[in-house]
Amino acid sequence: MNGLGLVKGLALTFKHFFSTYVADIFGGKNSIRRRGTIDADGLFTIQYPEESVVIPEEFRVIPFLVYTLGEDGQRKYRCTACGICSKVCPTQCIWITRMKDPETGKPITSSQEFYIDVDKCMNCGTCAEFCPFDAIKMDHDYRIASYTRGETHIYPKPQLGKPLEYYAKIRPLNYAVEEAERAAKAQPRQ
Amino acid sequence: MTDQPGLDPTYSDLLNEFPQAVELEARPGFTGVVVLTSALIDVMTYLRDRKGYDYLSSVTAVDDFPEDKLEIVYLLFKTTGGGIIELKVFTQRDEPVVPSITPLYQGAEFQEREVWDLYGVKFTGHPDLRRLLLWEGFSGHPLRKDWKEPFYEEEVKPFKTRWPEGKGVRSENLNPFKDNVQYPRDFDPNTYEPDADRSVYKLLESQIPAETGDFKVDHLVVNIGPQHPSTHGVFRMAALLEGEKVLALKPVIGYLHRNHEKIGERNTFVQNMPFTDRMDYLSSMSNNFGYAITVEKLLGVKPPERAEYLRVMMAELTRIASHTMAIGFLLNDLGAFFTPSLYALEERELILDIFESVAGSRMMCNYFRFGGVVRDIPEETLKSVKKLVEDRLPRKVDDLDRYLTDNEIVRVRCEGIGVLTAEEAIAYSASGPILRASGVPYDIRKVDPYSIYDRLEFDVCYRQHGDVYDRYLVRLDEIRQSLRILKQVINQIPEGPIMTGKVQYMVKVPAGEAYGRVEGPRGELGFYVVSDGKPNPKRYHVRAPSMINTTSLEKMCVGGKIADAVTILGAVDVVLGEVDR
Amino acid sequence: MEANQDLYKPGYEIPEELRQQVTITTLERIYNWGRSNSMWPMMFGLACCAIEMICTAASRYDFSRFGMEVMRPSPRQADVMIVAGTVTKKMLPQIVRLYNQMSLPKYVLAMGACACGGGPFKEGYNVVPGIDTYIPVDVYVTGCPPTPQGLLNGLLTLQKKIKMEQMKETGWYSKEPVVEVPIPILGPDVYDPRKSDLIYTETHKPEVLSTEESTMEGESK
Repeated sequence: MNGLGLVKGLALTFKHFFSTYVADIFGGKNSIRRRGTIDADGLFTIQYPEESVVIPEEFRVIPFLVYTLGEDGQRKYRCTACGICSKVCPTQCIWITRMKDPETGKPITSSQEFYIDVDKCMNCGTCAEFCPFDAIKMDHDYRIASYTRGETHIYPKPQLGKPLEYYAKIRPLNYAVEEAERAAKAQPRQ
Repeated sequence: MTDQPGLDPTYSDLLNEFPQAVELEARPGFTGVVVLTSALIDVMTYLRDRKGYDYLSSVTAVDDFPEDKLEIVYLLFKTTGGGIIELKVFTQRDEPVVPSITPLYQGAEFQEREVWDLYGVKFTGHPDLRRLLLWEGFSGHPLRKDWKEPFYEEEVKPFKTRWPEGKGVRSENLNPFKDNVQYPRDFDPNTYEPDADRSVYKLLESQIPAETGDFKVDHLVVNIGPQHPSTHGVFRMAALLEGEKVLALKPVIGYLHRNHEKIGERNTFVQNMPFTDRMDYLSSMSNNFGYAITVEKLLGVKPPERAEYLRVMMAELTRIASHTMAIGFLLNDLGAFFTPSLYALEERELILDIFESVAGSRMMCNYFRFGGVVRDIPEETLKSVKKLVEDRLPRKVDDLDRYLTDNEIVRVRCEGIGVLTAEEAIAYSASGPILRASGVPYDIRKVDPYSIYDRLEFDVCYRQHGDVYDRYLVRLDEIRQSLRILKQVINQIPEGPIMTGKVQYMVKVPAGEAYGRVEGPRGELGFYVVSDGKPNPKRYHVRAPSMINTTSLEKMCVGGKIADAVTILGAVDVVLGEVDR
Repeated sequence: MEANQDLYKPGYEIPEELRQQVTITTLERIYNWGRSNSMWPMMFGLACCAIEMICTAASRYDFSRFGMEVMRPSPRQADVMIVAGTVTKKMLPQIVRLYNQMSLPKYVLAMGACACGGGPFKEGYNVVPGIDTYIPVDVYVTGCPPTPQGLLNGLLTLQKKIKMEQMKETGWYSKEPVVEVPIPILGPDVYDPRKSDLIYTETHKPEVLSTEESTMEGESK
């Protein structure tokens, strides 16, 4: 019959509309938290600046360099300037200058300068995947809007550095696994 | 020579039939036969008419620089199933000329234009040999090995300037124009006359029929796109209209040509993986899958069992996400502005959540590696996949089905529109839902099974009419079949490792060539990779299903109304990242 | 009144008893507040980022909560152009033409690494290294692609920028005619008409070029 398909379609839309209220009335306290998830019925919206979608641990944006704070307040980066991340980077957006001993001129396992061009970075996570020292990791901070570009979009080393505690906070499971591995490696020597 | 073990009998038949013109490929790691240029048409006709190789999968070229040689590679299949036949034609690099096979296989039209555009090979007898991805007037043929792009740094990655003496420098600062441009030495911008699409308009105007009788008819050229809400990106159709009737229609593509293949040849094998994500950006897992199995063919590694299950799980979730979106946007094009899309996008969001927790990114997953996958699926995520597949998605697909399938407007607008018969669909090398909606049950998961698809139960969905409505129904059926596959995968997934060996960032790929293909959501997604033993591929070609499906767009649209052209494009479901690469 | 805290700052002391009854603000502020909460984006997608833009418009993130619900495919009716995706040379003339066709006040948000500065495909021969070389950009949102929340954050950043604008300084009430951005031309490579003198001098200096080519190959031709 003509018009039946139309009515059916409208019925579905109305069902969707009213199921929000049904879920709110019968869903109890958690009904709002369920919005935008697999259990959602009806309204699906997450009110972004006030609440945000739960970010999974593996989520990746721009890489950052892990450091620990030394006793004198100096940042001790884990990076040894081995250059694997800059070699494996698909877009070649990582620049590393290896530090040299000021007296002998021989290279030291530390980076003097470290740049990432965020305008080229494709957030693929390859650098973090292949880093043998767990020194470069993928960040969770997606709020990176800016008014200018220019040189500010080539992040230098101080801007890239983030403390180890931050890493442990955003990726607790990965951090636990890596720490366990480190402990296992350190064991035989003692 | 002719009874080599393991050789496809067709090759020996070819060698017997054309003893003068055909010889077996001798290089180790390479397969197929080399055909003399003069005999190409005869060999192709023989293969098509006598041997049943009716499906031209891919035409591409390989540059053998510094040798003075260009190879044109043809890959053929039977739609009834079976192995590949690979033909090669050698031609010299300066002024290469090869006979066109477009009169035999219409599906070669765009691919030959692409080869002309990027390699400068002239195809004699081609009906319309213009540049495809770049514009008329562009200087040079960029995929040639000796052609350098303006931001050229080094021949291959990794670049030596990055480590150990790397300083953050933009490429713009190295170029005198402060931009990604270069000009011929005698270029004078003040006197230059640009082509400005004159070639397209001329071609369209040549299709205006001669006036008959006293009744005067006006003809109108209309450009739809590149910025148009219903072209799904930056696609452009230049149409010649008589009233509302389409007399001729030329797709103009290349507005998103991102030089995937040129960059792919500079990259190492591992570096190409995240680039494949960005090709068909609605189904990155499928692209990863295709590239991974191609390089695995060259490497000779096999992923462990759990990884195979994870791969199939991700590929099928991608198919559901892509098809729901395709259905939603088809309805958008019909005028049901955004309501069905919103419902479709809700389900897609939930699937993207799974990708995000497994791979780390919603769209650009970068999840596959040669010999496995990056990381295991978390227990929590597996549970939500299960819930999604067993409870939510079937319900929502039924909703969508109830809502749309019997709707009068959908039926009136879709039935009998954009018809492609089975013979035409095969001749135009259409693949995926387009081919199957025309009554050809050709699904690579069934006819040439890869991964674990030979162990899974599912049906090939196909319909008989070949119109827009059938393409919609095939997509709907495929979602249901994907759910069926996913249920089996979730129940059977074994424990175990997810990687064969350790992931290496410099993979040693032995010299040779491989063509791997998967059934992506849009059709046969093939990767043709040639390695010469170095860390970078010598040739990296993508057989993009969307692009080859657009070859038949003119055929489907001509004779119909202009409003239907939009619907037909929606049903072809192009993704411009893949069309233009 | 609680919700409009940013509106309710006239810059001088208001008596306590009045505070609950009326809202006092400056004309500037209410004008910008109105404008920033009815930004209509242009329905204009280029590549992968466009899909995330659609997701931002769709039900889960729903940018109509910020008055952006009406995505207009026509540049005449749009206020903000979200350049979502890789800008190729072939597409560039169309983008500049669309920008010129937008009516004032107009804003540009470069979404994704590609639109900001070339992105992963920057080294390609058909890719423009950042749309800001051709048209002015107000907000850059990097990421490849930025998640819908990242884009929303960028749009809120744009709203903040609009709220800081002053009527005196805005260009759209001045009597001067609006200067259009010249549309690039597709020649042997895309070229900006503003740069034609530079191009002429660079392509017509044979001696320097030939030595340069031998030392720093491929950098210029």
